[in-house]
Amino acid sequence: MLEHHVIILLMIAGAIVAMELEDMLSSVIALGAVGIGLTLEFLLLRAPDLAITQLVVEILSLIILIRATVGVKLPPEKVKGRIGYFLFAVVFVVAFLVFSYRALGALPAFGSPIMKMGSLYVKEALAKTGAANIVSAVILDFRGYDTLGEATILFTSVIGVLAIVRKVGRKP
Amino acid sequence: MSLYALCFILFSIGLYCLLVKRNLVKKIIGLGIAEYAVNLFFILLGFKENAEAPIIDKYAATQNFVDPLPQALILTSIVIGLGVMAVMVAISVRIYEKYRTFDIREIRRLKG
Amino acid sequence: MRQESGMTLIVKRITRITVSLIFLFGVYIMLHGHLTPGGGFAGGVIIALSFIHLVLAFGKKAALKRISETTISAFESIGGVFFWSIALGGLLFSGVYFLNFLPKGEAFSLFSAGTIVFCNIAIFLKVGAGLFAIFVALAFLRMPDEKEEGGKAA
Repeated sequence: MLEHHVIILLMIAGAIVAMELEDMLSSVIALGAVGIGLTLEFLLLRAPDLAITQLVVEILSLIILIRATVGVKLPPEKVKGRIGYFLFAVVFVVAFLVFSYRALGALPAFGSPIMKMGSLYVKEALAKTGAANIVSAVILDFRGYDTLGEATILFTSVIGVLAIVRKVGRKP
Repeated sequence: MSLYALCFILFSIGLYCLLVKRNLVKKIIGLGIAEYAVNLFFILLGFKENAEAPIIDKYAATQNFVDPLPQALILTSIVIGLGVMAVMVAISVRIYEKYRTFDIREIRRLKG
Repeated sequence: MRQESGMTLIVKRITRITVSLIFLFGVYIMLHGHLTPGGGFAGGVIIALSFIHLVLAFGKKAALKRISETTISAFESIGGVFFWSIALGGLLFSGVYFLNFLPKGEAFSLFSAGTIVFCNIAIFLKVGAGLFAIFVALAFLRMPDEKEEGGKAA
């Protein structure tokens, strides 16, 4: 129990550092630290598939974000006091926290999930699909539609990046 | 319960960063933090005390596994998050190329 | 000795050794996705990282001479079509979309689990080629500041 608290508190500290640092490269690296904390937490929560995927995705997203920030010279940010904007954001966040505090009572206690569908998958995965890894059996057999949609989204994002980045634009 | 509360606090940090910061890269970072919090929350909901990772072992015939369904959902969500972040980075790099700034207040002036 | 693109000689030598190992690890993670942790997503990202490693060490031109952009997009399309045709095969052979229509085989062996292995291969091609295409597109887009500095930052 204690180790989960420690790791999530470290993730929160990393998130605050990533938010408040002036230098963009440093804040991107702090985001990487938050992602590594998430990887550790996945390992402790018995999700090794997710830990592997999160680790490699974290490295790739770090490379992409460094690509965006390296070689960028920004003028120092002039802070104009727009107190209304700030207050609006604080009100929004506080409202979210209040609603989530009220929702906490309806959640199942930590460590005893409601496995309505999950128990069925656990019981029948080996007999129906022949795969020992239940997560793999769920994403590729029981819930193949999800993965098809995911493939579509990935394809769309590749097309979007290629269309945004291409050199020659059409002249009007 | 306190773990859920910490997870909500992590999400609200990402939300605050997304709302208040004027730098586009900082906004992308805030969205990333919020996404991490949501992924973590799903896995916390599926955790079961004293249970094994959902991989059937040949020799130890146990049926006591954590919930595999949230893990399957989040596995796709992680890769989708990477794709979304790549699109956002591409748009911000293009904006920097045109306006030479990441500040959204400067971009508002349509320079043509 | 002529000026070459990319990083120093030490990085290039080490890259030549490690890239094949990383590639092999990605294929292993993908092929054993139905038995051990891993699967198509993680394997695909690892493969994309191995090619990115190549691009970062040897420079864009030298790496892309071997793997052209047409090849990348062809691989991604093959992955997508392969995955969809597996889904259609379920419809064709047993009347239900996405049904596992192949024989399940013996459990806990490499050749088991019917279509899951082929789905893993399709996802692997799709994710690996797609993420590498994103990286190549972003790496070719050069910031205006970098051009004046002689492209120091890759």
